[in-house]
Amino acid sequence: MPDDANAFQTALALILGLDPDLIGIVTLSLKVSLSAVLIAALIALPLGAAIALWRFPGRGVLIVALNALMGLPPVVAGLAVYLLLSRAGPLGELGLLFTPGAMVLAQVILVLPIIAALTRQQVEELHGDYREQLTSMGVSRARRIPTLLWDARFGLATVMLAGFGRASAEVGAVMIVGGNIDGVTRVMTTAIVLETSKGDLPLALGLGIVLLALVALVNAAAHLVGETARRRVG
Amino acid sequence: MTWKSTMQPAGLTLAALGLMGVSLGASAQDGDRHITLASTTSTQNSGLFDAIIPQFSEASDIEVRVVAVGTGQAFEIARRGDADSLLVHDTAGEERFVAEGYGTERADVMVNDFVIVGPSDDPAGIADAQSIEEALSDIAEAEAPFASRGDDSGTHRAEQRLWDAAGITPGGEWYRELGSGMGPTLNTAAGMDAYAMSDRATWVAFDNRQDLELLFEGDEALFNQYGSLLISAERHPHLKHDLAEQWHDWLLSEAGQAAIADFEVKGQQLFFPNAHAD
Repeated sequence: MPDDANAFQTALALILGLDPDLIGIVTLSLKVSLSAVLIAALIALPLGAAIALWRFPGRGVLIVALNALMGLPPVVAGLAVYLLLSRAGPLGELGLLFTPGAMVLAQVILVLPIIAALTRQQVEELHGDYREQLTSMGVSRARRIPTLLWDARFGLATVMLAGFGRASAEVGAVMIVGGNIDGVTRVMTTAIVLETSKGDLPLALGLGIVLLALVALVNAAAHLVGETARRRVG
Repeated sequence: MTWKSTMQPAGLTLAALGLMGVSLGASAQDGDRHITLASTTSTQNSGLFDAIIPQFSEASDIEVRVVAVGTGQAFEIARRGDADSLLVHDTAGEERFVAEGYGTERADVMVNDFVIVGPSDDPAGIADAQSIEEALSDIAEAEAPFASRGDDSGTHRAEQRLWDAAGITPGGEWYRELGSGMGPTLNTAAGMDAYAMSDRATWVAFDNRQDLELLFEGDEALFNQYGSLLISAERHPHLKHDLAEQWHDWLLSEAGQAAIADFEVKGQQLFFPNAHAD
């Protein structure tokens, strides 16, 4: 198919041409998804660690719920956030619908369960190894959280990358709550949907290749930072 | 990009966002001059808005942010108070919108028309049909695959009215409801050699035709009226009614109508202004 070759040429031309529209779209994609991962991590890392350390009634249910929410369809998260932020909804006053803020919120909801559930699992395993030592040192459970999170940091970096992957790849949520407004809320995935619907498949696929390159770049950067840190730790 | 615009206080999450330099856009009181326009995919995908909105923005200093969805969803967005203005193509639905008190005014803006496209070998033989009723009957009799939008959009509603007028209740293996926008429906029709009804604008601008060809056009029943609506200030006092009214008035003005008439794709005029037809 000639289209496939076209797509690579298109992608290359898009990247090399530094098209200002494309740069805007790429920047917005990165800002929205990285913000979502950061905010989700601020909540989910301590939450996951706390669930790993404490025993309380309903803990099993909570773990199952978090695991299940990892499979939350983006379009459902988007719809929920839409209803929340719509003028007719409870947070309508904020005027956030069809803004990047709404897109961040929707992606936080998608990413949070992934980071929380995987953090819970990693910290629980690590705690199994550390428990005796920490107990003999008389470290309280709340004090153990930062220690465990820090010592699990390499594994948790991968967890955050999984969250970033989910955020940057989804289209269902940002399409609904962002509205794919040109120059305001258009991100890579919604631009791909738009070009596909125009039948411009080479451009759509070209944008897809750019998105993939971008995600690879973020992963490579994280890997590099991780490796450097690991070497320093020895 | 609006990342630079002002922050607004809205809780912890938003404060965290602010730290990252992420702006949250957009509320009426910070004096920014933009409106949100809920409209249809046909106007967006054909490139009409890219051609006419800059002219309006230059004249008025108002930015128009288009959320392009199916007509059904556009009505819903406007009903909930999430758009300042509405430009759609479902006259019956628009009149209902006004009758229910959500809209205060509706005006004709322009027409384009629907066409029937299908595989170039035309298995149902609709190319020489005398009317749209005949063309649809041919397709139904031949049980040739037909890809329907099936998404409660203006085009889907128009298609249903046309089947109705032809006395046919489409159904069965050959009639495929996709639940998709116009472009995706054409992509699918191209992939499965099906007939489809498209607005001319999307069809002319559409690049992935494969074996599809325009097979039937020109029946008056295929005319597609677009209307602009003003949304009730009583129901939704928070909206930017003043700015929306300027946009509405501009669409109907000589300048707006001329901008619509001047818009061409591949040398073809796609929308015919008719605000002052009667």
